[in-house]
Amino acid sequence: MTGGTGVSDRVLGGIGLVLAAFYIWQATTIQVSFISDPVGPKTFPIIIGLLLAVSSLVIMLKPDAEPHWPAIGRLAEIALAVVVLVAYAMALPAVGFVAATAVASAFLSWRLGTAPLPAVAAGVAIALGIYVVFHLILGLSLAEGPYGF
Amino acid sequence: MEALSSLADGFAVALTFQNLGLALIGCFLGTIIGALPGLGPSNGVAILIPLAFSLGLGPTPALILLTSVYYGAMYGGRISSILLNIPGDEPALMTTLDGYPMAKQGRAGEALAISGVASFVGSFFATIGLVFLAPLLVQVALLFGPAEYFALFALAFATLGGVSSTNQAKAAFATALGLGIAMVGVDGQTGVPRFSFGEVHLYDGIDFLVAIVGLFALSEVFIFLEHRGDGSGEGKQADVGIGRITPSFAVLRRCTPTMARSTVLGFVAGVLPGAGASLGSFLAYTSEKAVADKEGTFGKGDPRGVAAPEAGNNAAAGGALVPMLALGVPGSGTTAVLLAMLLALNITPGPLLFQQNPDVVWGLIAALFIANFMLLAMNIPMVGLFVRVLMIPPKFLMPIVAMVSFVGIYGISGSTFDLMVMVVFGVLGWVLRKLEVPLVPVILGILLGNLMESNLRRAMTISDGDWTVLFASPLALLLWAIAVVGFVLPILVGKRIKRRMHMTEEEPGGATTTD
Repeated sequence: MTGGTGVSDRVLGGIGLVLAAFYIWQATTIQVSFISDPVGPKTFPIIIGLLLAVSSLVIMLKPDAEPHWPAIGRLAEIALAVVVLVAYAMALPAVGFVAATAVASAFLSWRLGTAPLPAVAAGVAIALGIYVVFHLILGLSLAEGPYGF
Repeated sequence: MEALSSLADGFAVALTFQNLGLALIGCFLGTIIGALPGLGPSNGVAILIPLAFSLGLGPTPALILLTSVYYGAMYGGRISSILLNIPGDEPALMTTLDGYPMAKQGRAGEALAISGVASFVGSFFATIGLVFLAPLLVQVALLFGPAEYFALFALAFATLGGVSSTNQAKAAFATALGLGIAMVGVDGQTGVPRFSFGEVHLYDGIDFLVAIVGLFALSEVFIFLEHRGDGSGEGKQADVGIGRITPSFAVLRRCTPTMARSTVLGFVAGVLPGAGASLGSFLAYTSEKAVADKEGTFGKGDPRGVAAPEAGNNAAAGGALVPMLALGVPGSGTTAVLLAMLLALNITPGPLLFQQNPDVVWGLIAALFIANFMLLAMNIPMVGLFVRVLMIPPKFLMPIVAMVSFVGIYGISGSTFDLMVMVVFGVLGWVLRKLEVPLVPVILGILLGNLMESNLRRAMTISDGDWTVLFASPLALLLWAIAVVGFVLPILVGKRIKRRMHMTEEEPGGATTTD
């Protein structure tokens, strides 16, 4: 992704154009009921789609300098973090807040540069800390899981 | 004055045990949020909104809590600017210019004290300005019909990039993205689903809070993951002595005219749409340098160079509340977040707010006065406490930010689907930040899209489908004219101003270290 200047912006503009086309097409398929106001539910989305298309076109034709993309390893790092966060969201109702949060925050802390063992300790501390402050003190409802915490 | 008697009623609302406690907590959390690089006022407030809901706070207490955080963040931003040469948030950028040199000379305590006093002066007088200006603006706002409101929304989006915007196409792109996302869900007027692709979860639309916490807070975590180990954004400890934390009277007197001028400039910058606190501190610093820097000491540790931007950005923060409360149209990311919370509590800001819920408005303003005194107390004698908080390294802080984001969103809806959407917004926020697409228009679009559309449709219903109604009144024409100028002007001068603010690169926490 480190090609000539402005490649990223051209890609962004291209994606924006496709998105705008899709958006406008979807807008035209919105059903209109019998009783409707003069504008109806389609017009404003179509205007937005046109704004998206025009701005995408300008971005594509006049790209900024190329941003500094991270190396492929770091991209994988971010992708892995995303996977962990999605897994965390799904695991919350299944295993409860404390266990899921301890694992997820230990992972993040480890990837941000803590050594493995201290990271586990940090994860457990963060999970318990949030549980105490938000659930026991502030009374927020957290995911309960099979053990009730 | 009618405003003063309303304000007296406001103090009766604010001076309850609960509200005082919330203001205190808000100020404390806000100062920490502002001080920590990587947690700005908008994402700080955004993470705390779910908390305000889950605690079941009423509109006034919730608003008091969150605006105290907002004011506190404006105070806190200066701490890391002075000690670490890393602005705690974007508006504190200018404070590094003289604050860090002062710290290197062993006068960090003095710099912290002066900037604390300047912050107090800026926000105190801006709050007074709010008392008098907001009711006046309400009188104007009462003349607004749906067509004028539609033009006003257009104006807000057109000017959002601010004069420092370098790429208006990207600002427009971000606006379209936000407005487009707002359209998802069942149309409020006809009841037909739009862009929901048969997914039941999408019928209610995409929750603004989910979007903003993802875009701001989670994307910050990804930025830190990306930059781990390369030094930027790490909490490097300042090896500078703090010195005494009391401002000397002579220095304060020397800074008084600076603070006065900077407060006025900052307040005006805050009230104007699309300017906000960053521009307020920038204007205050540069004009002060032009007016007062006769010996060429600015940039080398001049106390006035610390007082000016801090008075300016705090005054701008107060000024930004004027259009948010009086018109219901926010001009910055953080005021947008505050507006979102009001809307979620079924309170619509704008002229009617002053008539229907005067307790909310005036209770809030009174609480801001009280919060200011609390912040002054926290930020001068107790500043050492916050300095210690700054030493929390990101490797522990960022997991906490991520987890608290999840807790907040889960606490509102209990829905795994919303958490997934939040992660998607986190990734989107990271990509957009890499491409320098501004995020504030996205969130403002999501927030205001439906209001904007319903004003358009109401105007058209009244005119029975005649589009010229949008340009029919002089007021509407004026608003359109400002919108056009506000959008075109940055294309002509934006690059130059941006360069002078030397924010060439968005690093973690919006910080660019300059030596």
